[in-house]
Amino acid sequence: MTAQTPVPSKQKRPFFLRRGPMENIATGLIGLGFLMLFQPFLLIFYTWSLVTLLAGTLIFIIVSKFPE
Amino acid sequence: MPKFRKETQVTSVTDTSSSLLGKAANATPAPIASRIRGISDRSMAWLFITPAIVLLLAINIFPLIWAIYLSFTNFRANRPNAPIEGVGLSNYSRVLNDPNIWQAMQTTAHFVFWTILLQTLIGFSLAYLIDRKFRGHAFWTTVILVPMMLSPAVVGNFWRFLYQPQIGLFNYIVSFITGVPPSSFEMLGSVQLSPWAIIIVDTWMWTPYVMLICLAGLRSIPDYIYEAAEVDRASLWRQFWSITLPMALPFIMLAVLFRGIENFKMFDMVTLLTGGGPGSTTEVASITLKREAFESWRTGRASAFAIILFVAVFGLANIYVKALNKVKQR
Repeated sequence: MTAQTPVPSKQKRPFFLRRGPMENIATGLIGLGFLMLFQPFLLIFYTWSLVTLLAGTLIFIIVSKFPE
Repeated sequence: MPKFRKETQVTSVTDTSSSLLGKAANATPAPIASRIRGISDRSMAWLFITPAIVLLLAINIFPLIWAIYLSFTNFRANRPNAPIEGVGLSNYSRVLNDPNIWQAMQTTAHFVFWTILLQTLIGFSLAYLIDRKFRGHAFWTTVILVPMMLSPAVVGNFWRFLYQPQIGLFNYIVSFITGVPPSSFEMLGSVQLSPWAIIIVDTWMWTPYVMLICLAGLRSIPDYIYEAAEVDRASLWRQFWSITLPMALPFIMLAVLFRGIENFKMFDMVTLLTGGGPGSTTEVASITLKREAFESWRTGRASAFAIILFVAVFGLANIYVKALNKVKQR
């Protein structure tokens, strides 16, 4: 029987601090905001497009600085 | 500091020699030479880079910050002495609830979508043909690149002549192919045709640019990959889908990014060809912006509109750069 050194379990970062999924969410928001800005169907979508775009862009800028 | 000692040694050797270089070094005034010698590499780098940074701040960053500031005020450029008052988010709210500006955004989207699609398809096809290296391919590359080298003002003016229903060459060519009388349709005066007239001109002018970038991508694919594919008996079709297209994709994406950003700002060609008309059929976002700023003199609102466009293009460019990096990593 060989003695094994116990490996300390790596603590997972909370979801909102993980780069991959948060970058995907930001990308989704930017894409959605972009579509809302240029769609020809509903004025309300156009009205809220800037907020969506801005939120996505800000999240993207922040989370792209997180480590991989 | 060994580095300095080395330099001193080299200098002393140069001084003692009677070469031309030594004479030039001796001719340099001692105070200047010692001052320059005293600057570290880091300071020297800053010295060289500072003019560029100052220019960038003055030309790009300052106007951007100023426009952000103006977008929250009631400033009007035709009344520079009137007191400037903060209006909060009211300019943004008005721009984002204005059906005319919404319409301009849709026109821009239509224009950007079709120009990019056509330019990418035709540009890549031309690059693929030119890459075959047939007899006279260098001459044809130059001929294809000519439209890109012309000024947009010149292009806009001569396409106006080409689109003339009475004497225009374009109408006669269409008439020759389809049999429709040349004076029976007006490319720039018709509500249905005028957006396409601008798309045709932009595609004609900027397809060579896309072609050039795609050609760089195609030329960067090493021949041995194709040779290996041929050894494996891969068909031309298979080689295209498995080698050519994936390896040229980052270049195609780069071309799309450059053209996309440029076309969102399209102003000169539309102004010269239709001026936004007939009615407001070809009124793209930049023309609406110019009208808000310099015809209605609502500078604050125009600034808000400009910031909205900036955020849209900036956000899209972020996604695009991320996608480009993923493609490169494959």
